Amino acid sequence: MNAVIQLDDVHKIYHTGEVDVHAVRGVSLKIFPGEFVALMGASGSGKSTLMNMIGCLDRASQGFYLLDGTDVSKLNRDELADIRNLKIGFVFQGFNLLARTSAAENTELPMLYVRHHLQSHERRERALKSLEIVGLAQRADHHPNQLSGGQQQRVAIARALVNQPALLLADEPTGNLDSQTSIEIMGVFQKLNDAGITIVMVTHELDIASYTKRTVILRDGKILTDEPVKNRLIAENELQKLRAAQQAVQLA
Amino acid sequence: MRVLATIRLAIRALRRNKLRSILTMLGIIIGVGSVIAAVSITTGATKQVEDRVASLGQNVITVFSGSFTGGAMRGGWGSAPTLKPEDSDAIATVSNVVAVSPEVRDRDQILANGLNWNTLILGESPDYPQIRNWNIASGGMFSDQDVRSVGKVAVLGQTVVDQLFPGENPVGQTIRIRDIPFKIVGVLEPKGFNLFGQDQDDTVLVPYTSHMKRIDRRTFVNSIQVEAATAKSIEQVQNDINNVLLTRHRGEQDFTVRTQLEIAQAMTATSKVMSVLLAAIASVSLIVGGIGIMNIMLVSVTERTREIGIRMAVGARARDILIQFLVEAVLLSSIGGLTGIILGISASPAAKLIAKILDKFEITPDFLAQFASWPTYTSYTIVFVAFFSSALVGIVSGFYPAWKASQLDPIDALRYE
Repeated sequence: MNAVIQLDDVHKIYHTGEVDVHAVRGVSLKIFPGEFVALMGASGSGKSTLMNMIGCLDRASQGFYLLDGTDVSKLNRDELADIRNLKIGFVFQGFNLLARTSAAENTELPMLYVRHHLQSHERRERALKSLEIVGLAQRADHHPNQLSGGQQQRVAIARALVNQPALLLADEPTGNLDSQTSIEIMGVFQKLNDAGITIVMVTHELDIASYTKRTVILRDGKILTDEPVKNRLIAENELQKLRAAQQAVQLA
Repeated sequence: MRVLATIRLAIRALRRNKLRSILTMLGIIIGVGSVIAAVSITTGATKQVEDRVASLGQNVITVFSGSFTGGAMRGGWGSAPTLKPEDSDAIATVSNVVAVSPEVRDRDQILANGLNWNTLILGESPDYPQIRNWNIASGGMFSDQDVRSVGKVAVLGQTVVDQLFPGENPVGQTIRIRDIPFKIVGVLEPKGFNLFGQDQDDTVLVPYTSHMKRIDRRTFVNSIQVEAATAKSIEQVQNDINNVLLTRHRGEQDFTVRTQLEIAQAMTATSKVMSVLLAAIASVSLIVGGIGIMNIMLVSVTERTREIGIRMAVGARARDILIQFLVEAVLLSSIGGLTGIILGISASPAAKLIAKILDKFEITPDFLAQFASWPTYTSYTIVFVAFFSSALVGIVSGFYPAWKASQLDPIDALRYE
């Protein structure tokens, strides 16, 4: 099977002022279709830089990167934009939805930049389908300020899915959410992963990482450990436990 | 991205900050509006001058005698006794000359009907109405026979009729010029004021021979009015007249030959300069409006850095972002431009209307009455020029902010707080 992501001795050096910052020092990593990977590490470990490179927002200084069979390490800005548009779906910590724009229109955004033009009704249809997957079809015409944090993140996930990318990238997707909502969002990711979508997620929370299937821990720009998750949590079970506990508190 | 979708996106972005968009447009509205109004007013003024020049008659050439110098006193054009009726006869033989009239002018007190009036007495030939493009309203012009016989006949201007024969038909009646009775044979159509603000109707025409022999008792004429056959032949006729008169005056240039074209050019030169000046001043406000757009677009780009980051992250190319902001700027300026055009065109009729309404209450302010009375003329050319320059202002002033937006780094833009 071909890897979705294949990093080969990737380096990233920032030339800032007098000192060169060597943020990523030789990372090699293969991620296969259907995997659910958590990238972990302390701040300064290079996980964000690595994430930006995987997400084609940034290019590696050295080494090469194959995304879904395409060598993206030599592409220019516009070609990278097209790759982001078609092959990658982004989910951010701060949701990054457009304000005063409905959930459906937010979801349509990536389709606006597809090279072959889509009819507006076609865009709307696909957006609604995408919102349905994350369980927000009824809120399609709500604006972000009318939605809770969890709902906003669901819209962001729907937006990430709408162009059917090869890879879903999530950068601390639960960072702004309370614990219960975090578990709900992890439930959405688990459901998507079960449906066959490859997910790479940056997090610094161990319990969130334990919902994934594989944990890669970085330190000083290098991979420290890379192992499958033992005692994997299932979001649905955890939510049931949480609700039971809440009920117990109310009964008492 | 498609054009329509981009425009829709831009309209939405502008509506999000309605007040700001309107204030930004205001700069362009005022700029375009004042360009249109200024050019309309000056074009109107130029046209009015041209019309008045045309009312002097078409293809008219005037021969003035030189200046009379007596002692230290110099009399000005037409005062020297050098032009004779015979010069006029000689001019009539020049080719392409269709009408000639020696002109003797003098102001005199005239009497009629027990009333008196001071007016301009013009001694002319029967060709005069043709040269001046001036029709007879009633009666007729005096004839060549009247000129030969030094006849005591006169044709009155409308103002003289109004003053001396109010409510009457004067044809057949008599006026007295310097106590000499002249029979009224005709009345001229009203012609209004000339370029210099003089009432052209305040005049009495008599045969030039009668003027020279009976009224002024002199042997020379002030000027000779000539009409050339066509506009093209004016220059040839002017040169030929000059040559004929030079020979007759033994090589002495004691006269000048002017064409009406020269007079018209001199008269419209001022308003043309005014037009250019006003338009230049008005376009400065258009530039100021453009600076306003650039300023607001820069603010907008900074405010929406995150939005730009999001769009880039989901696949917008640099060009997509550039076009998005450029379209916003052009939309701002062209909507402003259209509004300005409408305002600029309607400024003069609106002032007229207001003046009319206020007039009913008799409280029209002077300046408004004056503004309302200005003739205006708005050409399609200036409307198109104004619209396209406003759009151009949008492109020029929007380009830098849009380019700046398109060059943002997606990672930095996403992190922007």
